[in-house]
Amino acid sequence: MNIAPLAASLEITPSYYLVLAAALFSIGAVGVLVRRNVLVMFMSVELMLNAVNLTFVAFAKALNDTAGQVLVFFSLVVAAAEVAVGLAIIVVIFRRRRGATADDLTVLKG
Amino acid sequence: MTVFLFFLMGGLTLAGALGVVLARNPVHSALFLVQTLLSVAVLFLLQDAQLVAAVQVIVYAGAIVVLFIFVIMLLGVDRREALTEPLRFQRPIALALGALVLVEILLLAGHGWATGAKTASGVPLSGGDFGNNIQRVARVLFTDFLWPFQLTAVLLVIAVVGSVALAKRSGRPVGDEIDAASGPQGESVP
Repeated sequence: MNIAPLAASLEITPSYYLVLAAALFSIGAVGVLVRRNVLVMFMSVELMLNAVNLTFVAFAKALNDTAGQVLVFFSLVVAAAEVAVGLAIIVVIFRRRRGATADDLTVLKG
Repeated sequence: MTVFLFFLMGGLTLAGALGVVLARNPVHSALFLVQTLLSVAVLFLLQDAQLVAAVQVIVYAGAIVVLFIFVIMLLGVDRREALTEPLRFQRPIALALGALVLVEILLLAGHGWATGAKTASGVPLSGGDFGNNIQRVARVLFTDFLWPFQLTAVLLVIAVVGSVALAKRSGRPVGDEIDAASGPQGESVP
């Protein structure tokens, strides 16, 4: 099967990237909702942030405007700060409860 | 070539994302996360975002995932997670919500009103006399976005101080901090 003519006629528009980013974001959201290991929930949050970065870059390309790529850096900084504080919180929880699942956080309900 | 790379890297991105969510071992999740991040970096390269792609590899795949794996190793939680869900109907509702999010974003992406706004900087991504990608990003970052850029420094200082304050052992041995009454719960599948 020859797919070369099909590939030649197909042009990758920004919509392709937006759909891909939407799928990535949804997978991350489901991961946050379904998984109970807090570490994996954090990784799913990273997936969602990456989907947003992909959207920023796609719009920067579509609108021919560099500001979209600059905003990715701010998103990166927020992700790095979130991971640093979040992992410290996980370490503290693990020290107290000997586990790092969402069920170990039930003491928070007061 | 661009079409082929897009579908290859898009497939790898989604496969890695599914691997993050579905892998039972947190270490495997972290490795699938690396796959997703590197694929997204290639997608950045396909969209003329060379600096962002390099930073993605260095900061995300280099620093953040290493931090994840470091914490996994430190805590020793690299065992399998019990997949039984204590809450009834939680899984189907979560999947339905995920599908709803996907439909919503696709509807948003399909409408023109969500797009079209440009910044006042007027530095285009290509064309014009602004130099290469790094120079364009630097020009926008250090002129229009200088105040947010300074605020990120404050945010990073707060994050560092906060994580150090959280991780401090407060002078007591570890054994005293374990709540003996509640004991180990939850993830206890060997």
